[in-house]
Amino acid sequence: MTQVKMTVNGIPASGEVEGRTLLVHFLRDDLELTGTHVGCDTSQCGACVVHVNGNAVKACTMFAIEADGAEVDTIEGQAAPDGKLNTIQQAFQDHHGLQCGFCTPGMVMSAAALLKDNPKPSEAEVRHYLDGNICRCTGYHNIVKAIMAASGQEVSALAAE
Amino acid sequence: MYEFEIERPSSVADAVKALGQEDAQPLSGGQTLIPTLKARLAMPSVLVSLTGIKELQGVEMRDGALWIGGGTTHATVMHDAAESYPALAKLAARIGDPAVRNRGTIGGSLANNDPSACYPAAALASGATIETDRREIAADDYFQGMFTTALEEGEIVTGVRFPIPQAAHYEKFIQPASRFPLVAAYVAQFSDGVRVAITGASNEGVFRWTEAEAALSERFDADALDGLTLDGGNMIGDLHGSGAYRAHLCGVMTRRAVQAIA
Repeated sequence: MTQVKMTVNGIPASGEVEGRTLLVHFLRDDLELTGTHVGCDTSQCGACVVHVNGNAVKACTMFAIEADGAEVDTIEGQAAPDGKLNTIQQAFQDHHGLQCGFCTPGMVMSAAALLKDNPKPSEAEVRHYLDGNICRCTGYHNIVKAIMAASGQEVSALAAE
Repeated sequence: MYEFEIERPSSVADAVKALGQEDAQPLSGGQTLIPTLKARLAMPSVLVSLTGIKELQGVEMRDGALWIGGGTTHATVMHDAAESYPALAKLAARIGDPAVRNRGTIGGSLANNDPSACYPAAALASGATIETDRREIAADDYFQGMFTTALEEGEIVTGVRFPIPQAAHYEKFIQPASRFPLVAAYVAQFSDGVRVAITGASNEGVFRWTEAEAALSERFDADALDGLTLDGGNMIGDLHGSGAYRAHLCGVMTRRAVQAIA
């Protein structure tokens, strides 16, 4: 077992992990931050996307030891401490960007990473960026709409595909 | 996953030393290796993580060639090579998905030499040189078949030097589930000739299409490829496409790459 220390959502966190412990399991099982989901466990679905040192990564395809010393942000850190949703989360709610909600944590974290680099993406750029996030309710249209709205763009004209 | 230890050396020398242990294996971005470990297709006793080694990071011009550190992520290449070698930056920008690009590295891709990976095509078509902890290997000698390279046990790709072509383009036909190329062609035009590398198609892994190179060196026009075909007999055939289909796609992708340049 190895001791790891990282900052998760701005709060220092530490624990003992095996070499093979994945970051997502450390977050869920040790830190009890179960908002980060494991959908496929094979790096396909993106439900486990978190930010490590500001970059979106799949927490199921990174070892906890490799996040030692890193700043990690998860879905739990997105809303304000009083529970007020951030702009992206609020847009998902307003535009019905979730159905069952399982993929939502990864979608929101991917959207946050996109908007940080590209504050006014085109619809095509949003869809391309979400390549690694799968919604098995197939609710992509409203997810894209929510992200466009969160970026402050007009969404009423977005036609369903 | 089977049990293993992870070591995180901070220098190439320490990493090479750690890789001397029995059943030790290097770990770069892990975007292929971790799924492989989950499937219990590998059983290392020690993984030597290369991600904390600063000397493996970077994208910079050195003596007229573009040097990229082996531990550099696809996302970094996408940003930092955009001006010096746009075709390569565009290739990096379309590997996997954003989260994969933030972890996966060029050294890992070249060391693995997946028959459908993108970077091997760029390295081969650009006539790149693979730098390791102990020597330099020309791309023409480096790729030795599916998942096979000239690398020795415990040898680390420390960097890659890309000569910069006058023009280049990478055209890939994406297999939509995996986002790997089903077939892709990298065409690089140099003052002394054209190089064409094909990935995703052959059972032998990435290869140079020398007939297309000769035709395009003579006349750089998609029509110069008329009548040239590849044999589907030694091409990968699976549920996504037969060998003959892939052989056909080689021509289509090469043609589109040339059209994108010309």
